[in-house]
Amino acid sequence: MKALKELIYQLADDDFILAYRGSEWLGLAPHIEEDVAFSSINQDMMGHATMYFQLLEALGEQEADQNAHLRAPEAFRNAVLLEEVNGTGSYLHQPNYDWAFTVVRNYFYSVHKKIRLDSLRLSSYEPLRNVAKKILMEQQYHLMHWEVWFRQLLTSTDEAKRRMTEAMVKVWASFGGVLTLGPYYGEMVKANFIDDENVLKTRWMSAIKKVLNETNTNMLPGEPGMTSGNGRKGEHTTDLQQAIATLAEVYVTNPAVSW
Amino acid sequence: MNSVNKQQRITEALATVKDPEIASVSIVDLGMIGDVHDENGVVTIHVLPTFTGCPALPIIKRDIVNAVSKLTDVNAVQVEFVYSPAWTTDRITEAGKAGLKEFGIAPPPAQHVLGEPWEIDCPYCNSSYVTMENIFGPTACRSILYCRSCKNPFEAMKPVADLDEIIR
Repeated sequence: MKALKELIYQLADDDFILAYRGSEWLGLAPHIEEDVAFSSINQDMMGHATMYFQLLEALGEQEADQNAHLRAPEAFRNAVLLEEVNGTGSYLHQPNYDWAFTVVRNYFYSVHKKIRLDSLRLSSYEPLRNVAKKILMEQQYHLMHWEVWFRQLLTSTDEAKRRMTEAMVKVWASFGGVLTLGPYYGEMVKANFIDDENVLKTRWMSAIKKVLNETNTNMLPGEPGMTSGNGRKGEHTTDLQQAIATLAEVYVTNPAVSW
Repeated sequence: MNSVNKQQRITEALATVKDPEIASVSIVDLGMIGDVHDENGVVTIHVLPTFTGCPALPIIKRDIVNAVSKLTDVNAVQVEFVYSPAWTTDRITEAGKAGLKEFGIAPPPAQHVLGEPWEIDCPYCNSSYVTMENIFGPTACRSILYCRSCKNPFEAMKPVADLDEIIR
C-alpha cells in the first residue's frame, strides 16, 4: 500500500508542479497560438494531477484540494527538475524566462510520460490502469506539440541550436530525478504496479537518441544525472517552496471556502 | 413498468443539461452519460468526463443534480465521474454532431486513428479545403481551423479514440 501511494504521489506531483510552471508562461509565450496551446496543455495536466489526487483520496489520503495545496514541501514526490523556475525574475517582475529550457524540459518529460503511461496501462492496480488510459488519449497531443518545437528549434538558426544545446545540458544534469521511482521502487515493481525503472529508462534513452540522431545532434554524454537531489525522497529546492506558496496563496486564506 | 418509465424520465431530465460551453448540445448527445442506477429513489449517475482538466465538469455535475432532483420520486442524486469506459468522440450521437455544427464546431471525424491526420469539413460550407491553425483551442476539447473556401475560421472537436482498440 505504501509503495502504491508513493508511486501515485510521484505521478500526481510531477504533473501538478510542471503544469504550474507552465501556467507561469501565460501571456508570455513566444506567440499567441503558443499561448493558447500551452495553457490548454497545462489545463490538461492539472486535470491529470487531479485524477491522481482522487486515486490517493480513495486510498485514504487527504481530499484532493487539500492534498495539493496544504502539504509541506518535503511531502512532495515530484522530480526536482520539474519544480525548477522557468528563468530569472518572477511572473510579475521581469520574467526573463528561458523558452529553450521550457521546450527541452517539457519534451523530455512528455517522452517519458508517454513511456510511463504505456507501462501503467498494464498496471496490476485497476484504477491506475483506467486513469492511465484516459490520460494517454490527451497526452498524445502534448507529445506531438513539444516534438514540433524541439525538432524545429534544433534545426533552426545557430542561436536557437546553441540555446537548445545549453538547455539540454541543464535538463540532462537532473533528468535522472524524473527517471527514478525512488526508495520504494522494488516493491512497486514486484507488485506489478509499473515496469522496472531501468526498462523505462532504456526506452526513454533510445527514444531521445533517435530524435537527436534525426536532427543531427550529438547524444548527450553518459547517463542523466540527479544533481539537485532526489525529489522521490522528499528532497527539494527553494523553488518548490516558492511554487507552493504562490499557487496556494488564495486557497490557504480560507480552505473551507468552496470554489 | 414504472421503473422503465422512471429511467425514461431521468434520461429526459439529463437531456436538458447542456455543456455550459456548447449551448446547443446536451450531455446525453455528447455521450457523457454512463450507467444510471436507481435504488429506492437514490439515483447514482456515472458521468464520463470528456477532457480531464475541463473546468465545466463541476458545473455539469451541479446541473445534473438540479435537473434530476426535480423528478417526483427522486430523493437524492449522486454524480460520479468515471474513467472506465473512457469517453471517446465516437460516443457523440448524430443529434450531438448536428448540434456541434450548429454552434460552429466541426464534429470529430468518425473512426479516427490516434496520431494520424484527420479529415474535417468546414461546419459552415462543408468544404474539405481547410487548414489546421492550432491543434489546441479555446477549450481543452477543441482545435482551431481555417476554411480556405468560405474564408471563415472555425473550431473542431479534437478526436479522442480508445487506445485499446488501436494498440491491439
